[in-house]
Amino acid sequence: MFGKSAIAATVLGVGLSLAAGVVLAASHGGGPFDAAIKARQAHMQLYAYNLGILGGMAKGAREYDAGLATAAAANLAALSGLNQAGYWPPGSDSFDNDNTAALPALWDNLEDAGRKGAALAEAVSALQEAAGNGLQALQGAIGPVGQACAACHKAYRKPQQ
Amino acid sequence: MRRLLLAGAAVLALGASALLWSTAPERADPAVLEGIAPDPERGAQLFLAAGCASCHAAPDAPPGTRPVLAGGRRLASPFGTFVAPNISPDPQAGIGTWQPIDLFNALKYGTSPEGRHYYPAFPYTSYRHMSPADVVSLFAYLRSLPPDPTPNRPHELPFPFSVRAGLGLWKALFLRGGWVLRDPPDAAAERGRYLVEALGHCGECHTPRNALGGLRRRLWLAGAENPAGAGWVPNITPARLHWSEADLLGYFTTGFTPDYDTVGGSMAEVVENLSRLPEDELRAIIAYLRAVPAVAPTKRQKE
Repeated sequence: MFGKSAIAATVLGVGLSLAAGVVLAASHGGGPFDAAIKARQAHMQLYAYNLGILGGMAKGAREYDAGLATAAAANLAALSGLNQAGYWPPGSDSFDNDNTAALPALWDNLEDAGRKGAALAEAVSALQEAAGNGLQALQGAIGPVGQACAACHKAYRKPQQ
Repeated sequence: MRRLLLAGAAVLALGASALLWSTAPERADPAVLEGIAPDPERGAQLFLAAGCASCHAAPDAPPGTRPVLAGGRRLASPFGTFVAPNISPDPQAGIGTWQPIDLFNALKYGTSPEGRHYYPAFPYTSYRHMSPADVVSLFAYLRSLPPDPTPNRPHELPFPFSVRAGLGLWKALFLRGGWVLRDPPDAAAERGRYLVEALGHCGECHTPRNALGGLRRRLWLAGAENPAGAGWVPNITPARLHWSEADLLGYFTTGFTPDYDTVGGSMAEVVENLSRLPEDELRAIIAYLRAVPAVAPTKRQKE
C-alpha cells in the first residue's frame, strides 16, 4: 500500500515539474523569434518614451519646452521611418509565441498594416512640425498620433488579460 | 379527474396570459414630446456621447463625420450573437418612417414601433434616462445622416433567448431603479452622471452582470468579464482608478494611457467619440468617476 502511494506521489511530482518546465520555457522564450520580438518591443518602448515627454507637456504634468518637444518629435519621426520588415517575420505571432501580443491577423493583412504604419508616419510628421510652435499646437497634434497608434493596436494586438 | 385537468390548464393559461399582459412592451403618450424643438447641433454631440456609431455604423465603414448607420456589426454575448440593425434614414431598411416618439419608446422602454421588445444588447437600460428634449435632438441628427438600403440581418440566438416575449420578464426584473449615484456632490458630477449612466452607457461593460444578464448595480463600474472575449473590463471606481485628472483627460482626448500605451479593445472606439466632445463634458465624466462608491475588485478579478 505504502509503495503504491509513494509511486503515485513520485509520478505526480515528476509530472508537475515537467509541466512547470514547459511553462517556464514558454514564458522565458527560447523560441526562434525571440530576438525579433524583443527588437520590436524595444522599438515600441522608444515610441512610448518619446511620447511620454510630449504627452507630459500636453497634459501639463511637465513644463513646455520647445527644444525638448522638437527633439522628442524628431525621434518619433525617425522611429516611424525605420524599415521594420526584419523584425516582423512570418510565424512570430501570438498564436505560436507566448511572449508577443501580435495577432496572426497582422500577417494576413500586411497591406492594411502598411497603410496604418503610413498613417502613423503622417501624424508624426504633423506633430514634428507643431511641437516647437507652442503648447497649444503640440496639444492639437498629439491626438491624431494616439489615434494612429490605437488603430493598429485595435486591429492587430491581442487584448490584454 | 378530467375536470381537474381542465381546470388546471385553464389556470395555467390564465396565468400565462396575465404574465404576457403584465410584461407587454410599454409605450409613452406621444404628448411627452409635444412642443419640443430639436437642436441638431446638440443632437450631433449626443450622438457622439451615446456612441451610437460604435455599433450601428457598418463594420467596414471608414471613420467620418457623417457616418452611414447601415448596421451589421456583430456583438458576441453569452446568450448568442446580436447583429446591430440599420438605423439610417432609409424608409425600408432603416428608420426613415419613424417619428420622434418611436425613438423615445425605443430608448426609454426598449419597445419597437410595431410594439415588440428589443433585446437589451441595445442598451436602453442606460438610454432610458435620456431627457425628452435630448431624444428629439438626437432624432433630428439621425435624420440628417445619409440613408443606406442594407437590409437587417437576424440575431443568431439559441432557444430560449430567441423568444422575445421572455424579454418582458427580463425588463420587469432589470429595467428599474433610478440613478445609481443618488446624490452627486456638485454640478459637474451631476452632469457626469448623465454622461456616464445615461448616454455613455459605461456601466453596460464596466459593471458585472448576473446569470440572467442583468447589471449588478451594487457593483457599479467595479469591472466585469469582457463580453466579447478574453480578459476583463477594468474596475473604474475610485478603488482602482488612480489616474490623475490630467491622465484621464489625456486618455479621453488622445487614447494614450499614463505610460503611453494606447487604449485597447472596444474602448478605442469610445475614445474616438470622447475625443470630439468639449473638455467640460470630459471633466464632468471625471468628476462623476471620482464620486461613485469605491468597490473593491472581486476575487475572480485578476487585473
